[in-house]
Amino acid sequence: MSRSQAAAARRSLWKDARRHRFLFLLLLPGTLYLILNNYLPMFGLIIAFKNVNFTDGILRSPWSGFDNFKFLFSTTDAWVITRNTVLYNLLFIAVGLVLSIAFAVLLNEVRNRVFRSFFQSAMFFPYFLSFVIVGYLVFALLSIEHGFVNNHILAPLGMEPIDWYNDPKYWPYILTITNLWKNIGYGTVIYLAAIIGVESSYYEAALIDGASKWRQFGSITLPSIMPVVVVLTLLNIGRIFYADFGLFYNVPLHTGLLYPTTLVIDTYVYDIMVTRNDIGMSTAVGLYQAAVGFVLVFLSNWFVRRVNKENALF
Amino acid sequence: MENAIKLRQEEKAAERPRKAYQPNAVSRPAHAAINVLFVLYTLFCLLPILLVVIVSFTDEQTVLLSGYNYFPSKLSLDAYRFLFADPLPIVRAYGVTIGATVAGTVVGLLVTAAFAYPISRRDFRFRNVFSFFAFFTMLFNGGLVPWYIVYSKYMDIGNTILALILPNLLMSAFYILMMRTFFATTIPAEIYESAEIDGAGELLVFFRIVIPLSLPVMATVGLFYTLQYWNDWYNSMIFINNDRIISLQYLMQRTLLNIQYILNNSHAAATARIDFPSETVRMAMAVIGIGPIVFAYPFFQRYFVSGLTVGAVKG
Repeated sequence: MSRSQAAAARRSLWKDARRHRFLFLLLLPGTLYLILNNYLPMFGLIIAFKNVNFTDGILRSPWSGFDNFKFLFSTTDAWVITRNTVLYNLLFIAVGLVLSIAFAVLLNEVRNRVFRSFFQSAMFFPYFLSFVIVGYLVFALLSIEHGFVNNHILAPLGMEPIDWYNDPKYWPYILTITNLWKNIGYGTVIYLAAIIGVESSYYEAALIDGASKWRQFGSITLPSIMPVVVVLTLLNIGRIFYADFGLFYNVPLHTGLLYPTTLVIDTYVYDIMVTRNDIGMSTAVGLYQAAVGFVLVFLSNWFVRRVNKENALF
Repeated sequence: MENAIKLRQEEKAAERPRKAYQPNAVSRPAHAAINVLFVLYTLFCLLPILLVVIVSFTDEQTVLLSGYNYFPSKLSLDAYRFLFADPLPIVRAYGVTIGATVAGTVVGLLVTAAFAYPISRRDFRFRNVFSFFAFFTMLFNGGLVPWYIVYSKYMDIGNTILALILPNLLMSAFYILMMRTFFATTIPAEIYESAEIDGAGELLVFFRIVIPLSLPVMATVGLFYTLQYWNDWYNSMIFINNDRIISLQYLMQRTLLNIQYILNNSHAAATARIDFPSETVRMAMAVIGIGPIVFAYPFFQRYFVSGLTVGAVKG
């Protein structure tokens, strides 16, 4: 590019910017907010490599290199929180996907309109409750002394009461069921919308060819909703290193005894910051989470791009 | 009037054969089985909530003797009487939550729409730069500690209502992108072209044309923000250590983890510490938190469903 061309390009860039100056004005508050809420904290990640003391301030505190990471990966904590976070998320994604699609397909077969919308409303309701309230509901069922399950299900069956809140082995089931209970309605609503959007003439043609319901599901419904399935699953896999803090903090009532099966990266980061007051370590765990999470989004997106470009996120 | 009735009858008549002949419907037994399945699942969704409601109206002694039950032998309003003897903590938490919800939703919606509009304009040369600026926040973040330090040390908003409004909740890149898609696909580009906009005209177009044309997506995102603020306890937990400015959900969370917490906040309770119906009061707290959602739900749900449907189609 010659010098005069470059100057012309600069002029037109400047001209464009001037022409749209009020668009910049609209962008300003949101941009400031993203800088404050998202970009400034990214620079704060240097805390992971520092030995922060607040008399020196963050920038002047001495560097500590990779000490925090060395310490983190020398304990079993790193393994436990990673395993718990990833396995729970995989379980939630897989079971959630199958159940939401199954519910959506079945709901679509309910002929009575009033029933259909009632079922959908009831299934979707738990999604609107906070995990604090969900914590209460689980407590009402499982409380060791007064809980409904111990007093009115196990006792009449002649079984001993179970120490739900003292024994980690029950929590993979409790947390999975609780999470599905809360979120399955959301998936069902989305997949039902996608199924309703499928061209009805496909089914008419299938009917003429004598295709069974199973065949219709496999050859029409599933391929038609595949883009939605892929995008949602991709979003979820990209977040496989992030756990739902509310679920893992409130539902087990933040009980230390249950940590072997309930501690996840997010609750660990919080614990280290608040109870151990070790902000360098807490930041290091946060960086570990953000970095691996970042790689996972790219990997899953790359994989989808290879299979079908249109379904990729970016 | 007569015509209308006639028309409706004709419509009905036209519908009837379709109803009777549904070649692609599942068989009758299968249909019955599906309905039974959904009735059972509906019960599974609603019964836990019903249990909490019933326990809150149960006599404390009955709970202590026979546990939480759907059919308690004795009912009582003691839990609510106790809570409303000194309603200040609850009323205050409600006030804080309502204030943060209203302010956060209104401001958040405006800021989100104002960011989404320019990057939806195809003639705006810098739209990709700003889109990526927002999108990148979905891919990477600084984590809890730096985020906490930015707000509490540099912004110094700990222990103020701003801490319940600003951090994380005000705007999310996900809704920016959702709105951008909506603006780009539903607002015809000719509006911008024909106007040959200059100066303050841009702002006029945004407020007078774009926003009124985008009410569906504004309603959906607004409801998501409302729900998010209403259900938030995390910001109270992280930023607030003054019982006067905590949200309702956080008050409930403290009460669940430690029933004594409600005593700390209540003067009347301090004297009544001895015969304090703790088990039922706990559940009454939950009911007080669930109540507004139950009433708002029928209204909410329709917009959520339609909003999600837009999202599902657009991907």
